[in-house]
Amino acid sequence: MLLREVLSTLDAELICGEDLLETEVHAACGSDMMSDVLAYVKNQAVLITGLLNQQAIRTAAMMDMVCVVFVRGKRPDETIIECAKESGIAVMCSSHRMFTACGLLYKAGLNGGMSVK
Amino acid sequence: MSENTLHYHFVVSGDDFTQAGTASSAVKKTLKQLGFDPRIVRKMAISLYEGEINMVIHGGGGEIDVFIDAEQIAAVLTDHGPGIPDIDLAMQEGWSTASEQVRGLGFGAGMGLPNMKKYADELLIDSEVGKGTTVRLTVFLSGK
Repeated sequence: MLLREVLSTLDAELICGEDLLETEVHAACGSDMMSDVLAYVKNQAVLITGLLNQQAIRTAAMMDMVCVVFVRGKRPDETIIECAKESGIAVMCSSHRMFTACGLLYKAGLNGGMSVK
Repeated sequence: MSENTLHYHFVVSGDDFTQAGTASSAVKKTLKQLGFDPRIVRKMAISLYEGEINMVIHGGGGEIDVFIDAEQIAAVLTDHGPGIPDIDLAMQEGWSTASEQVRGLGFGAGMGLPNMKKYADELLIDSEVGKGTTVRLTVFLSGK
């Protein structure tokens, strides 16, 4: 699905990264622990998190992800937005909670990026 | 160091967690600009980022030196923090001495050192309690 569809599926607000909305994404992960993201993520393009700081953006950038969705209505401040712009990451805000946001995206076609054995 | 080695030096503040990762981001950008394979870039970027976070959380900041030559990318992270009393224990997934405050910032799950080992081709740790820690991360360009 396109990032534009991620935005509409989550009834989210786009904070920055309009030029990325036509980017195709296939997988996402949801976590508030960045070390877990760094440990387990592979080729997921969207990070769904309630962690509201620059490390969420930097972690996504390190993993070559293209979008960070802040859930539970959290809104990033200017330093976070600036970090995202510098890193080429789209930022969205959704009022959904983590579980619901992940469920909606999964139902809409995104997967977790890894098979469970 | 041979004359064909590129060297980058960074000072990492121990006071400001929000700035942690700035050096790693700069290194990642440089490696991309130098045209390295994205897999190589990612391996070094992730392991260095974890190291930089550790340096801020546990080491009170420090210095990072990155050396690039025809065969490898190496990062040396030096801090003058409390040191690691038991490195084998620190390497275990889930083991962490991070504070609740650090956990609230998204780190301290005990995955830092294991992640560095996972992504770098070589991880060397030299630590002395009360004096500090030096970590050397190497990614070989030919794979390993």
